[in-house]
Amino acid sequence: MFDGKKINEIKTSIDRWEKETVEKTISRFPERKEKFTTGSNAEVKRLYTPVDIKDFDYEEDLGYPGEYPYTRGVQPTMYRGRLWTMRQYAGFATAEESNERYKYLLEQGQTGLSVAFDLPTQIGYDSDHPLAEGEVGKVGVAIDSLKDMEVLFDGIPLDKVSTSMTINAPASVLLAMYIAVAEKQGVSKDKLRGTIQNDILKEYIARGTYIFPPEPSMRLITNIFEYCSREVPKWNTISISGYHVREAGSTAVQEVAFTLANGIAYVEAAINAGLDVDDFAPRLSFFFNAHNDLLEEVAKYRAARRLWARIMKERFKAKNPKSMQLKFHTQTAGSTLTAQQPDNNIIRVTIQTLAAVLGGTQSLHTNSRDEALALPTEESVRIALRTQQIVAYESGVTETVDPLAGSYYVESLTNKIEEEAIRYIEKIDELGGAPKAIEKGYIQREIQNAAYRYQMEIESGERIVVGVNKFQIEETEKKEILKVDRTVELNQKEKLARLKKERNNEEVERVLKLLKEKAETDENLMPYILDAVKAYATLGEICDVLREVFSEYEQSVIL
Amino acid sequence: MDRPIRVLVAKPGLDGHDRGAKVIARALRDAGMEVIYTGLRQTPEQIVAAAIQEDVDVVAMSILSGAHNHLFPRVVNLLKEEGVDDVLIIGGGVIPEDDIPFLLESGIEAIFTPGTSTKDVIEFIKNNLKR
Repeated sequence: MFDGKKINEIKTSIDRWEKETVEKTISRFPERKEKFTTGSNAEVKRLYTPVDIKDFDYEEDLGYPGEYPYTRGVQPTMYRGRLWTMRQYAGFATAEESNERYKYLLEQGQTGLSVAFDLPTQIGYDSDHPLAEGEVGKVGVAIDSLKDMEVLFDGIPLDKVSTSMTINAPASVLLAMYIAVAEKQGVSKDKLRGTIQNDILKEYIARGTYIFPPEPSMRLITNIFEYCSREVPKWNTISISGYHVREAGSTAVQEVAFTLANGIAYVEAAINAGLDVDDFAPRLSFFFNAHNDLLEEVAKYRAARRLWARIMKERFKAKNPKSMQLKFHTQTAGSTLTAQQPDNNIIRVTIQTLAAVLGGTQSLHTNSRDEALALPTEESVRIALRTQQIVAYESGVTETVDPLAGSYYVESLTNKIEEEAIRYIEKIDELGGAPKAIEKGYIQREIQNAAYRYQMEIESGERIVVGVNKFQIEETEKKEILKVDRTVELNQKEKLARLKKERNNEEVERVLKLLKEKAETDENLMPYILDAVKAYATLGEICDVLREVFSEYEQSVIL
Repeated sequence: MDRPIRVLVAKPGLDGHDRGAKVIARALRDAGMEVIYTGLRQTPEQIVAAAIQEDVDVVAMSILSGAHNHLFPRVVNLLKEEGVDDVLIIGGGVIPEDDIPFLLESGIEAIFTPGTSTKDVIEFIKNNLKR
């Protein structure tokens, strides 16, 4: 970008500026801190200049939006063409209540759905399982069978909305239910648009809703890749998630590195299962966090896009440009929300929204101010959605593509995050890939160290969290919060008992037996799971069959 | 008593958010306590069995899913049923203020919510041991 002579001149004048101008000021007005750092503890210099990006090659490192290496964005016109999808993650209590919330959100101008399931559903237990006690309908909607799914999407045309489902270990079962509901609406599979999270590796690392050991889990995932490439071609078959890695306390670099390392593992598994990289890679999608350090976050998304494009092209020899495009959903950072002075969270979420948008996200969930206290109320959810709409329609940042490109600081940070992520990925490769690195506890330990350091920085006052360790007030104001009571669990159990009485139980037995037989072979399980859900076999029954064949994952506790 | 304070850090229920549990575990360890961490998805029965087997002075539970009203008191009651009444039981997580009085009445001696300093937890444990 700059020739050597020019760079040397700038270096000389920086030295001069430091001596003549900066030192004079500092001797009278010292800087606030000895060392300045990003939200992820990377050192930040006083000033960034062309010297910091002296080897920068515009065409090679940035290029153009919609073209390799996609640093500036995956679409040529970005938000000038179409704004990101505003997709609020929602779901609680029963399918009826969640259905109402979805309709409310769609009326308010939301453009896609995002389903939150309760924990028993996410771990493949029916609502009447002993371990489900106290958890039914709490963090999401309880789904036991196709019956619940029919209610959940009642009156919502599945050929018109795109739906994202945060479901991992039993992703194939919930996807099958979604396909079955669509069929009942008269919508064929090839018209369905949406995403299943389906990212089991980060469950072992950070989120915890695993069921089966890694090997059969990876098989279920590649089954979905293969099935959808033929039958549900517009469906995003996985959302490789850094979000939870970051929530668990990782740095921005670790978020990029561990997510892409998991991505590499999925691509390798699918290739080993005999798939062609360009048949499934265009449907891989990603999910990142948006933290408070605005410029570091923007650099993070840009670095992730460039690095993934390079990995797909160079390492996996992908030919289809779509295989190289890192498309991602973003959620603002739950871990940055404070229970103290909760309205302050609206401002945090605004900064995080800007980060995601300036970083070129494809869709966004904004957290509600009260989520450090409980599930959000309708009013809080509306403010969160309005935050996106204000950034979209009033801030002006959407009018040109990748507006922060060329900032010495942002480009230098983008390079640095990419370089450090590459070093982590090399280390993980040395350990034998992400699944092995997880088994050895390497990834978990790296995250825990970062999380602990972060907490200690807050406690020492080195890091300020407004309202928590500075600018505190006596908290008096009582907030209205949303609660899910026990009747949800009882109703759900009743519904389940009724279903088990009314359905054709011989048919259920037949489809479950067939599923079990097929699970013991190498066949793709998706068609058999689809048959099982259509016969109203429950989620728990289907997962139990698979538990029998695959066994259950045992977590190794790492401290 | 010269032996270090022994603490069982436990994750009852199904939620997998153990950042807080692990940070607390490490902070207690750095404060000189012996810490055993159960890992995820522990039933109240498993937690009580571990507490007895490890002969701990403190059981520190963390929940972020909202199942605290159901699961925390069960641990207290099961410990009582086993005849253990000298263990300090504390809890933390995303717990609405309205639920705290009920939990305290049920025998959880303190509830720590988001934003709590680990120093406060350490201090509380040292000052409220029952043996």
